[in-house]
Amino acid sequence: MRNLPGVVAAVGGSVWLTRSTLVHGWNMPLGVTALSRDIHGLHMTIFWICVVIGVVVFGVMFYSLFRYRRSKGAKASLFHENTKVEVIWTAVPLLILIGMALPATATLKQMYDAKDADLDVMVTGQQWRWHYEYLGEDVAFTSNLTTPRDQIDGLAAKGENYLLEVDEPLVLPVGRKVRFLLTSDDVVHSWWVPDLAVKQDAIPGFVNENWVRIETPGTYRGQCTELCGRNHGFMPVVVEAMEPEAFDSWLAERKQAAAREASGVDREWTMDELMSRGQQVYESICASCHQVDGSGSPPVFPALTNNPALIAERDRHIATVINGVAGKPMPAFSSSLSPVEIAAVITYERNAWGNDTGDSVQPSEIQARLE
Amino acid sequence: MAPKLPPQLPPQNRVEQAGDASGTAGHADAGYHHGPKGLLRWLLTTNHKEIGTLYLIFSLSMFFIGGIFALVVRAELFQPGLQLVQPEFFNQMTTMHGLIMVFGAVMPGFVGLANWMIPLQIGAPDMALPRLNNFSFWLLPVAFTLLLSTLLMPGGGPNFGWTFYAPLSTTYSPPSTTFFILSLHMAGISSILGAINIIATILNLRAPGMRMMDMPLFVWTWLITAFLLIAVMPVLAGVITMMLLDINFGTSFFNAAGGGDPVMFQHIFWFFGHPEVYIMILPAFGIVSAIIPTFARKRLFGYASMVYATSSIAILSFLVWAHHMFAVGLPLVAELFFMYTTMLIAVPTGVKVFNWIATLFQGSISFETPMLFALAFVVLFSIGGFSGLMLAIAPADFQYHDTYFVVAHFHYVLVPGAVFAIMAAVYYWLPKWTGHYPNERLGRWHFWTSVVGVNLTFFPMHFSGLAGMPRRIPDYALQFADFNMASSIGALLFGTSQLLFVLMIIKCVRGGEKAPAKAWDGAVDLEWTVPSPAPLHTFETPPRFQHQEH
Repeated sequence: MRNLPGVVAAVGGSVWLTRSTLVHGWNMPLGVTALSRDIHGLHMTIFWICVVIGVVVFGVMFYSLFRYRRSKGAKASLFHENTKVEVIWTAVPLLILIGMALPATATLKQMYDAKDADLDVMVTGQQWRWHYEYLGEDVAFTSNLTTPRDQIDGLAAKGENYLLEVDEPLVLPVGRKVRFLLTSDDVVHSWWVPDLAVKQDAIPGFVNENWVRIETPGTYRGQCTELCGRNHGFMPVVVEAMEPEAFDSWLAERKQAAAREASGVDREWTMDELMSRGQQVYESICASCHQVDGSGSPPVFPALTNNPALIAERDRHIATVINGVAGKPMPAFSSSLSPVEIAAVITYERNAWGNDTGDSVQPSEIQARLE
Repeated sequence: MAPKLPPQLPPQNRVEQAGDASGTAGHADAGYHHGPKGLLRWLLTTNHKEIGTLYLIFSLSMFFIGGIFALVVRAELFQPGLQLVQPEFFNQMTTMHGLIMVFGAVMPGFVGLANWMIPLQIGAPDMALPRLNNFSFWLLPVAFTLLLSTLLMPGGGPNFGWTFYAPLSTTYSPPSTTFFILSLHMAGISSILGAINIIATILNLRAPGMRMMDMPLFVWTWLITAFLLIAVMPVLAGVITMMLLDINFGTSFFNAAGGGDPVMFQHIFWFFGHPEVYIMILPAFGIVSAIIPTFARKRLFGYASMVYATSSIAILSFLVWAHHMFAVGLPLVAELFFMYTTMLIAVPTGVKVFNWIATLFQGSISFETPMLFALAFVVLFSIGGFSGLMLAIAPADFQYHDTYFVVAHFHYVLVPGAVFAIMAAVYYWLPKWTGHYPNERLGRWHFWTSVVGVNLTFFPMHFSGLAGMPRRIPDYALQFADFNMASSIGALLFGTSQLLFVLMIIKCVRGGEKAPAKAWDGAVDLEWTVPSPAPLHTFETPPRFQHQEH
């Protein structure tokens, strides 16, 4: 026991060291919601329980290994069972587990309580981007990775938010209860933002629920966490949380823009307008599978160049984009793209990369087909 | 404690059976081989020791192939950015690494050990169904050649993860997926036939006087594992057949657009997948339960409770599958049920760890290489168990799920868990197989480089996962860079240190210090009563089993 102060200092020091290293970038984030802090609390509780059990169990083990070395002349005892000890080491873990299950159950119940939300956001996973729709507000957009290819290929220096930056973040108000409804247009994705402690699978044919009430304004970043194909690593989630007033004016502005877009359906668009809008849509939506130069990735994703069937059959081309292809990866875009966007992107595909058909598709035609 | 039971069959019957099993050469003198020579000998062999050797060599080869795939993954992840491979190929590497390691390295490794050691440990002349045994093995090279060949097919090999979630693995999969299904069917048939053989052997061919509760724990754990295999491999066969129909015959089991259910895929897969996890660890428990008493020179503490704990784990393994699916959107009651059952598994698993430590307590311990691996197993498997307990807490699992924290967890139970146990078994039984002790110096180098490598690889993954890095991504944000660099360096160290393992095996086969029949002074089981190296035919007359009071 002469070493007692030393031992205490060593144990205390290592606990302190563990605590301080666990704070920053090494541990689960504390997050910005009441639930994320509860979850963090559960995580730390079970972690320290494991540490204590580990110290005791491995302590006895290493003591035995040191104390009963044959090289030091240890003679083996003969005992090989002890009912009392065996009952104790079955019962004690059971009690610890019950103690752990109680708070976990309470937290889980809260996580499942998605009712009485102030705002509903539909989150749709698509290979390989997220589509957000503010239900009942006529505001919807897709959110694409913006990290330039050169940074990924190592031809340019990587930015601060490498792979965690998007063109249009999901904008949410702080202080209000936001309910997410998650689904997918193609394969299973999973929408995760660590700071919000929300991770929920987006599954085709299912609508899952989750919810959040953010406390602090800020930008929170996450990623898709369910393997969803080639660009699984390249579909980040970015949430921008702002004060309710700022959110309301942002939403009003987006509503107006959506209304302007809708009014464009009726007028005649020029070829140049369709082509430039079409290129923009193509590169943000279609290029992830069919490539920027339309070469596709056969055999799963067909090429759009040198594809006579596609070019010859204008009607089928339009039907494919609107309805998708049954049993194949091509999804239906009738709900996630506007008539203007569909018309523009089809026009672009029929005139880009040497597909010089010269024909254009007007938004009004698409609108008519959708109805 | 239990009343003494009469042997199940009179000894004369045993002698006749042994005669039958040795085939046409009824007069077989132990140690001499009568069949064809050369390659044909290995193709046609029905001898449990030769088939065991084939399984082990196959497993080791697959361990290296799967390991090379892992090193491709780790090399790409050494730094942020895409340097070596493109995402398409990266996904094929992660998928193939998982499939090859699970179905090609770990499972056949344990089957090889079962083939070699179960007849020797129960005093049987061979496996109960020797021709079936030959067929079970030779299915494997065919299955895995086919699986590996998919990498060269148009569109590449499987790229949807070893869990092959639909519809990524059906509607969105490369054309080679049909071959992947066929190869998995073959591997599954091989496992089922192997399991039938092991059950038949253990239940029918035990030495007269050996009761169930006298069997070594390796035999017990394998018996339970074999029942798990028979229960769940058909479930795997079912799910891949449904995939086959979805891909080729227009059904919609997992296609939502056709009224199918992608979540059902996950339920069926994990109903197979969770018992599968225990299939890969229960025999490891048996091995460690043989090695620790040997080198502590003290009887295993709590033999009966070990048997009961193993059985409870096996039964519970059918009731926890949805803990892999906490983020899928299960109803609250389902989440609670699977959280509680999963936490419950910690109790029998804890009992096992406590028993091993109680065996060490007041023993007379020495540290030969098999013991080093077994002790590392106890510590590092327990660390994997701790992270498993953390993952069982459903609310926290929403944060852990599908991140590197999970990757760290299952690699801790599979690499320093299952794989270290197989290595411990190889060091432990090599004297029996070859007649020579493994080179102790080489063994220690192999052990220490492996332990350092494995921890350097997998420990930082806990941190990268908690900090928010999803699994199965080919490129990552900058804050994960240091952890990944450490992991990649560790992987290279662990991978190259396995060359020492091969070197040790080759040296041990070719020569080394001669081992007596009882190669380790603390060893007690029946395999140590036959000469080292074990002759080709052993226990042609059943031994008299002296049972110990438990």
